[in-house]
Amino acid sequence: MNLTLKIWRQKSANVKGKMVDYKVADISEHMSFLEMMDVLNEQLVNGGEEPVSFDHDCREGICGSCSMFINGEAHGPVKNTTTCQLHMRSFNDGDTIYIEPFRAKAFPVIKDLVVDRSSFDRIQHAGGFISVNTSGNTQDANATAIPKHDADLSMDAAACIGCGACVATCKNSSAMLFTGAKISQYALLPQGKVEAKDRAQNMVAQMDEEGFGNCTNTGACEVECPKGISLSNIARMNRELLSGSILG
Amino acid sequence: MSSKKSGLSSIGRKVLMALTGFFLMFFLLQHLTINLMSVFSPDLFNEVSHFFGTNFLIQYMLQPVLIFSVVFHFAWGLYLEYQNTQAREVKYAKYKGSANASWMSRNMLISGLAVLAFLALHFYDFWIPEINTKYFHGDMSGMLHDGEGMRYHIELVEKFAHQPMRVALYVGAFIMLSLHLLHGFQSAFQSVGFNNTKYTPIIKMLGNLFAILVPLGFLFIAIYHYNVHPH
Amino acid sequence: MSTLDGKVPAGAIKDKWTTYKDKVDLVNPANKRKIDVIIVGTGLAGGSAAATLAEQGYNVKAFCYQDSPRRAHSIAAQGGINAAKNYQGDGDSTYRLFYDTVKGGDYRSREANVHRLAEVSGNIIDQCVAQGVPFARDYGGMLDNRSFGGVLVSRTFYAKGQTGQQLLLGAYSAMNRQIARGKITMYNRHEMLDVVIVDGKARGIITRDLVTGEIERHSAHAVVLGTGGYGNVFFLSTNAMGSNATAAWKAHKRGAYFANPCYTQIHPTCIPRSGDYQSKLTLMSESLRNDGRIWVPARTEDVDAIRKGSLKPLDISEENRDYYLERRYPAFGNLVPRDVASRAAKERCDAGFGVNATGEAVYLDFASAIQRYGKEQALLKGESNPSDARIKELGKDIVKAKYGNLFDMYKQIADQNPYETPMMIYPAVHYTMGGIWVDYNLMTTIPGCYAIGEANFSDHGANRLGASALMQGLADGYFVLPYTIGAYLSNDIRTGPISTDSPEFEAAEKEVTKNMNFFVNNKGTHSVDYYHKKLGSIMWEKCGMSRNEKGLKEAIEEIAELREDFWKNVSVPGDANELNQELEKAGRVADFLELGELFAKDALNRNESCGGHFREESIEQDGPQKGEALRDDVNFKYVSAWEYTGKPSEAVLHKEELEFNDIELKTRSYK
Repeated sequence: MNLTLKIWRQKSANVKGKMVDYKVADISEHMSFLEMMDVLNEQLVNGGEEPVSFDHDCREGICGSCSMFINGEAHGPVKNTTTCQLHMRSFNDGDTIYIEPFRAKAFPVIKDLVVDRSSFDRIQHAGGFISVNTSGNTQDANATAIPKHDADLSMDAAACIGCGACVATCKNSSAMLFTGAKISQYALLPQGKVEAKDRAQNMVAQMDEEGFGNCTNTGACEVECPKGISLSNIARMNRELLSGSILG
Repeated sequence: MSSKKSGLSSIGRKVLMALTGFFLMFFLLQHLTINLMSVFSPDLFNEVSHFFGTNFLIQYMLQPVLIFSVVFHFAWGLYLEYQNTQAREVKYAKYKGSANASWMSRNMLISGLAVLAFLALHFYDFWIPEINTKYFHGDMSGMLHDGEGMRYHIELVEKFAHQPMRVALYVGAFIMLSLHLLHGFQSAFQSVGFNNTKYTPIIKMLGNLFAILVPLGFLFIAIYHYNVHPH
Repeated sequence: MSTLDGKVPAGAIKDKWTTYKDKVDLVNPANKRKIDVIIVGTGLAGGSAAATLAEQGYNVKAFCYQDSPRRAHSIAAQGGINAAKNYQGDGDSTYRLFYDTVKGGDYRSREANVHRLAEVSGNIIDQCVAQGVPFARDYGGMLDNRSFGGVLVSRTFYAKGQTGQQLLLGAYSAMNRQIARGKITMYNRHEMLDVVIVDGKARGIITRDLVTGEIERHSAHAVVLGTGGYGNVFFLSTNAMGSNATAAWKAHKRGAYFANPCYTQIHPTCIPRSGDYQSKLTLMSESLRNDGRIWVPARTEDVDAIRKGSLKPLDISEENRDYYLERRYPAFGNLVPRDVASRAAKERCDAGFGVNATGEAVYLDFASAIQRYGKEQALLKGESNPSDARIKELGKDIVKAKYGNLFDMYKQIADQNPYETPMMIYPAVHYTMGGIWVDYNLMTTIPGCYAIGEANFSDHGANRLGASALMQGLADGYFVLPYTIGAYLSNDIRTGPISTDSPEFEAAEKEVTKNMNFFVNNKGTHSVDYYHKKLGSIMWEKCGMSRNEKGLKEAIEEIAELREDFWKNVSVPGDANELNQELEKAGRVADFLELGELFAKDALNRNESCGGHFREESIEQDGPQKGEALRDDVNFKYVSAWEYTGKPSEAVLHKEELEFNDIELKTRSYK
């Protein structure tokens, strides 16, 4: 198929960017979206132009590197799918495709489609851990029984790949789904409960400091999350924080 | 880990929206209940209106809280909306909001502003004359000037009878209120941390019922008084 | 040629590690504060090592090329992690895990290392649970296990199909705790481009800030490489696009011997290539082979019709199907080890029976499993005379419960419904058992330079068992290196900070800068990917699943020619002082072009078939094993460790003889 691509080009963080049109031809429907981008880049390199920079690594939907805003949606039109797992069969011959970086003040553009998501890392530094030494001399792994239901819910929250689609898609650029998922993963497990109150406070404080927007419960994050992280994790975070600040 | 001290967090901010929202929804229900009396029993409506209009606790305690809630809910909402637009400096060239969220949830500002504009009209219609009568003219009797019965029901009816423009504005505002509530009700529960596989579907259903029935009730009253001429 | 000393402690195998830990020199806490350690790579090995060393008090500087440590490719591991916990009471023990790993590695690993790995495996699970890793649990709240290929016990712990992700996020959380305390300085989007040797010791690295392009000097008292494997030398592999051998190769060029480069694991159940544009391959858990039957058409006319699309696999009758694994290996059938299954698929496809347009695919069929499960379920539900449709429906439900996420993934990529038509699979490069040679302390032949995880030549011999890579990465990082590195660093407590102003740093930085400038100024005719794809095709054709002397010799020559062409004609647009992904790739491919040559040389030298390394010259000539891989313990019971001398094909071989005192050498048989 033949396509027109409208891609955000920005030389570096401090330079103004703009949408630029490109044409690609003979794209197979079996290609992944990023393979289509590879074709474009090969075309650009061979023509002596600079290829489009974009983050990508595992290309199997788990590392969370890829981060394209395609035709107005984070990771494109297919739900529960990262950009790298999106295939060209979701598009038609002659389509015009908008490709933009994940946009938020807390995700400044580095170049083209590459954004800086270190704000997510800093939220994790603030409390995304259980304070246990890595000596291995902890209690036996089976010493504390954990209800299967809680373990499964915790796993569902932990499945977050930290891609930032929730922020990118949220009309407010809020990072509550990401932060809520991490707080939930630990809050659901007995070993995480000890520090649950401080963790919620510290992570939320850092999230606010990074300049993410407020949550207005539109639920867009949950819909666009490639891993289907549930909105209930945000409610749990709200609960953790409220009970922490009310009960002291 | 040690705790970092911080001010009002983004979660605290949305909880405040939710709490004032809860209060306003409670007020709506109360307001509707009284107004419905105007359809079924003008006398009872007069009695209750008079009680609410002159009761010390309601006038000097609840009314200020209500006014504060209204002002706070709007001002705070506008402030948060401003913060939210600041969180994305460069806008998307193409943004397909409809793909993942309802119109209502994305446009609380619009439906909210519409309700705010309506409130201005509503205050002009009822609240200002009421305050004028009671506190500037000192007439706390609740009676008509000619002394023939109580004034509340007649004042209400006169506003709508043969007033197609006003009724149309009210109807439009109630629709916007409905849209606002369709998201607001369930959103308030989510904000205070209530989300549960068993009860959330029930809350969503209740929320939809509330958001449709309450404005529909007000709408019904306005149209009723437009059509049914009392004299 | 010299003989290498693995520095294995004396004593009985089960006491070696305990005795070592009791006697090893320790660094006191006050002195640890004066010692810097550089860790390159933040996967399971690097991440866990960084967290642990920081926790012990060392000043850790950690580097990764990704934008966050959480994205290292360990995250993509699906199946699980082995540990000899024996929670299932099925007879597992440290010895059994040790034995399985040595046997699975086709007797080409160092016994003492493997035993230590088995000893600490249980601690890994304890540690991860304490960190909040949400392993799967049963209804009693206890940890659940699954079984994995090649073993007789259930010892694999898992977190859905995302075990690697959860373990990595666990290590990342431990790192976060230390980053918050200021004990780890994290350098994201940094790539190591050289190791700096001062007075014969590794004292730092040269890095490039991938955002600004700045070339930086970083010093430390020791350098640890946890930079993963080199599977991307094949261009197409299940590795991440950015996975590379540059750090390991630079260390090799500075004096670290490279061991067994030819040991590569080719995983049988990957989604086949669909065209020339293919950028990477996706693996599906080998658990699929528990229920899937592998076949190709028996008649060439059916193959032609299938490729043309005029015939569907479902239309081929049973007698015209060749279930070649069941035919060749009646005892193990579809559950033969990875290397055997992969070679058998290649054999059929080479013979012209491949079932997709590229001719490189075989069927993995769940129809009979659906039938079997369906009938079983109907019986259980008391349905006496179920229709065919009903049986299929019930069977599909069971298959969905077991493999639903894999089936979904397949459908997403291949656009075919595997519940209705057989999946197509083909082997793909997955893991490299070879790597930088290390002694028992995990130290390379450069003093002060360590290699951990997949980056070292590891504990897996010539073939790795499923769910053992995660175990090794975390064992090295959490529990082994933190002890062994102390032995070295205890001599450095009076050294003081290492200056980055020395001539050695200066020279190394200069060379790196020169290289970067060369690439962006070369203005050649071909893209980096052009060369990478060509290299990949040479490697796959001649150093892939089946190797012979002629092909390997050709590969050595062809790679050398390709390398020469690369340095003349490669084109890298953009500048060196900005984010430049083509430049990053150029540096990596330059190193792959050298590594590939050494790979072929090693494969040529090892004229035996063992594990993932199959030499066509070394097969059983007769008897029941006729045609199967033939290991040669008389001539090749050693580790090949190569010393760089300027040209990969002229590398000097050093041998570490392997001793098997606790396990008897046997021939693996799956007939």
